[in-house]
Amino acid sequence: MKNLVILGAGTSGTMMANHLVSKLPKDDWKITIVDQYKTHYYQPGFLFLPFDTYTEDQVKKVGKKFIPKGVNYIQKKIDKILPEDNKVALEDEILEYDLLIIATGSKIAPEETEGLLGPLWKKDIFDFYTFEGALALRNKLREWEGGKLVVHLTEMPIKCPVAPLEFAFLADSYFTKKGMRDKVEITYVTPLSGAFTKPTSSKSLGYLLSEKGIHMESDFAIERVDNETKEIVDYGEHKIPFDLLVTVPTNMGDDLIERSGLGDDLNFVPTHKHTLQSVEHENIFVIGDATNVPASKAGSVAHFQAETLTDNILLYLEGSQLKEEFDGHANCFIETGHNKALLIDFNYTTEPVHGTFPFAKIGPLKLLKESVFNHWGKLAFRWIYWNMLLKGIAIPFVSRNMSFKGKVLDIKKN
Amino acid sequence: MDLNIAGIRLDVTEDGYLTDVSQWSKEIGQEIAKNEGIEMTDRHWEVISWLQEQVKNDVALSIRGIKKSGVIDIKEFYALFPKGPLKVSTKIAGVPKPKSCI
Repeated sequence: MKNLVILGAGTSGTMMANHLVSKLPKDDWKITIVDQYKTHYYQPGFLFLPFDTYTEDQVKKVGKKFIPKGVNYIQKKIDKILPEDNKVALEDEILEYDLLIIATGSKIAPEETEGLLGPLWKKDIFDFYTFEGALALRNKLREWEGGKLVVHLTEMPIKCPVAPLEFAFLADSYFTKKGMRDKVEITYVTPLSGAFTKPTSSKSLGYLLSEKGIHMESDFAIERVDNETKEIVDYGEHKIPFDLLVTVPTNMGDDLIERSGLGDDLNFVPTHKHTLQSVEHENIFVIGDATNVPASKAGSVAHFQAETLTDNILLYLEGSQLKEEFDGHANCFIETGHNKALLIDFNYTTEPVHGTFPFAKIGPLKLLKESVFNHWGKLAFRWIYWNMLLKGIAIPFVSRNMSFKGKVLDIKKN
Repeated sequence: MDLNIAGIRLDVTEDGYLTDVSQWSKEIGQEIAKNEGIEMTDRHWEVISWLQEQVKNDVALSIRGIKKSGVIDIKEFYALFPKGPLKVSTKIAGVPKPKSCI
């Protein structure tokens, strides 16, 4: 009997368990998945939680429900991967593996920024990348009387790179609905050169910020948070004052990756960007936010990766050459507030394009353009996530590699 | 878009970044720096070479990367390339500026 071990039962790990359970011969392979947490969160929902659009119950379920029968589910802490011995040390037992899948994701690391975890943390400074953070922020927003709202992202890469921008858009919508938009000054702060860094996006979407009266501060690389003066300060001593700071802290891979000596500076695992095989160990594969591949850290990306990775694991096990197939495909809804959303579709080499999705000329979704239909799509996605995506069911008409049908390539490839 | 520097026609993005790194030369870097109001010194060039090396090795550029580069610390980086040093230095180096997905 051979062992396939999956570390992490989040979006990627759960999808891989579901894909592989029907593909690997049961008499030869035992599949084990390890995760210390009981709850599986619908992370895209964390964006809506602070604005009272979703309730707590809509974004969490018991993780075990999504692990298929025939897969051994262990709810324990993972201590270390021992790649030279093909073993994983859990808190109180050792697992042996023939093939390992790392799906341990990424998490916020607020301790990386001086002063972020100071006296104002969870009082006037919040994150919305954790369930607890999003919930605390919801409670704050319910009673906040207005002032300077600063929406800030610390450094790239972050999970769901558009989320902070969406947060700023939804905040504009939320305060307008509450009849207090005139009491709130919204500033979006980014270390990049702008809210939109690609030519097509900035051309077609640049209007959004000014239309919503959102101020922008670009090229802001934060050095510290001054809890006394209530300012964020960058390395050039540029200071931005806030009454309420909503920040996306540094994102890092799990500490377990560091303990195992398998990560880069940010604890992401060096991974071949087209095959998803670990660069250093041929019987280790990596998926989702845990990799260092230059794709967006997002559920849609993990979904497309899972399809390629399943094929590649089967090829690896039969000793064949791996497919260099994964193209960095991402497909993301971007909430723009007032019940509208955008949809973007892109990969490693092609910037977001115009057109319709998934059907050429028909749509019904429009790429890179605000529409109410896209907003419904984003809301419907929660159902798709729980009922199709996690179970590894292919989403109809949406292929793992980016399709160019019905798309307008108005820009050159990168 | 085109840009003419030292009699050479260069392909650049709308915000003035070279689209083809192989077109870069020190002379061109010098001219771009001049347009950005920067007088290049040996120290500047050292940083520019380091950036080019990173890009060649497929390493994403970030302030964190600068911090750990061993070539320069962040305060000096800001002093050499004031106001958005990554944005300015990448333009001089002829490499793409750090981007997000949109």
